[in-house]
Amino acid sequence: MYAFDIERPTTVAEAVAALTGEAQALSGGQTLIPTLKARLASPSKLVSLSGISEMKGLCASDGVLTIGGATCHADVAADGTFKALSELAAHIGDPAVRNRGTIGGSIANNDPAACYPAAVLGAGATVVTNRREIAADDFFQGMFETALDDGELVIAVKFPIPEAANYQKFVQPASRFALVGVFVAKTSEGVRVAVTGASNEGVFRWREAEAALSADFSAAALDGLTVAADDMIADLHGSSEYRAHLVKVMTQRAVKAAA
Amino acid sequence: MTKVTMTVNGVSVSRDVGGNTLLSAFLREDLRLTGTHIGCDTSQCGACLVHVDGVAVKSCTMFAAEAEGADVATIEGQANEDGSLNVIQQAFQDHHGLQCGFCTPGMVMTTAALLKENPKPSEAEVRAYLEGNICRCTGYHNIVKAVLAASGQDVSSIAAE
Repeated sequence: MYAFDIERPTTVAEAVAALTGEAQALSGGQTLIPTLKARLASPSKLVSLSGISEMKGLCASDGVLTIGGATCHADVAADGTFKALSELAAHIGDPAVRNRGTIGGSIANNDPAACYPAAVLGAGATVVTNRREIAADDFFQGMFETALDDGELVIAVKFPIPEAANYQKFVQPASRFALVGVFVAKTSEGVRVAVTGASNEGVFRWREAEAALSADFSAAALDGLTVAADDMIADLHGSSEYRAHLVKVMTQRAVKAAA
Repeated sequence: MTKVTMTVNGVSVSRDVGGNTLLSAFLREDLRLTGTHIGCDTSQCGACLVHVDGVAVKSCTMFAAEAEGADVATIEGQANEDGSLNVIQQAFQDHHGLQCGFCTPGMVMTTAALLKENPKPSEAEVRAYLEGNICRCTGYHNIVKAVLAASGQDVSSIAAE
């Protein structure tokens, strides 16, 4: 690692004030620390968010689950208010990673194979920052890209709890990241389907499946649909055609599990 | 340099550390607690696993400065007060849960975290919890057997493979 200073603010206001120049926010560090070790980033200063209690914890009221940005995966897994989300969190990484990694860090990084972006987009959540509220549909802007500006932190994520939901992940067996992961949510306003791991554009909504499932929430409703392989990731773990095929398979499994 | 103070195995320690000092490096190089091993340094293998405020953490993927005020437990603090092996350590010895021993500190610390959460895990639960701990010697069967034995479950019917 290159040399850098580290600060541990205890409030959001202090953290925002510390995020100047080449400073970088550090949440759970389960992606950023390996990145620093590989010298793929060279911040002058890290601003650790792990000491900010106002950014931690879960709170449910009026059908909305609010999760602090610095809440670790293990705490989301243990909560159970939004069952599909807790199950998703319980299968990120391994137990030690889940004790450090956070929801805010995950979605701010927007890894194209991360699990949380599928839940945030699939459930139609709202990302709360220190400046504004951003709808999930506007937040994710392509691989490793988000709507966050410099100095903007994910303070919390607000999830409307769906009538039914499920996440299905086909794991890449070495990394345990999603080769393809699909989050399906059935709400009073229709069905949403968000796919991670598959596209070169990062997490995306499968609109054709949403329309079919909103009319008939059953796996059979997707039988006639196909997914184009054009924008799908191709690597040594799977071709673009393989991923396109998996999108439909995993969506159908998620619908069956949610129903 | 930043001054950090934490409790390690029940003893308060205080040192000046660089911002990029990992908790694993702090334990091994500043405190000379070399039982915490560094296998991969990329948070894959789990040999560096310690407990921070009671939960399992890969110490190679956390900065020492972030452990300010924390209660840290390492393999050096696991033996019984009289120096004899604790239940988990003894089970690893009894059931041949190690060969070269490099992964063992992390395996023991992960097992301690598991049994605190889930005192009587099933074999499947043990295997799932050990997902982040890699052993290149044993093929895992005897490690799983040792964990089940440490939880007080009868492992006599589990054949050695």
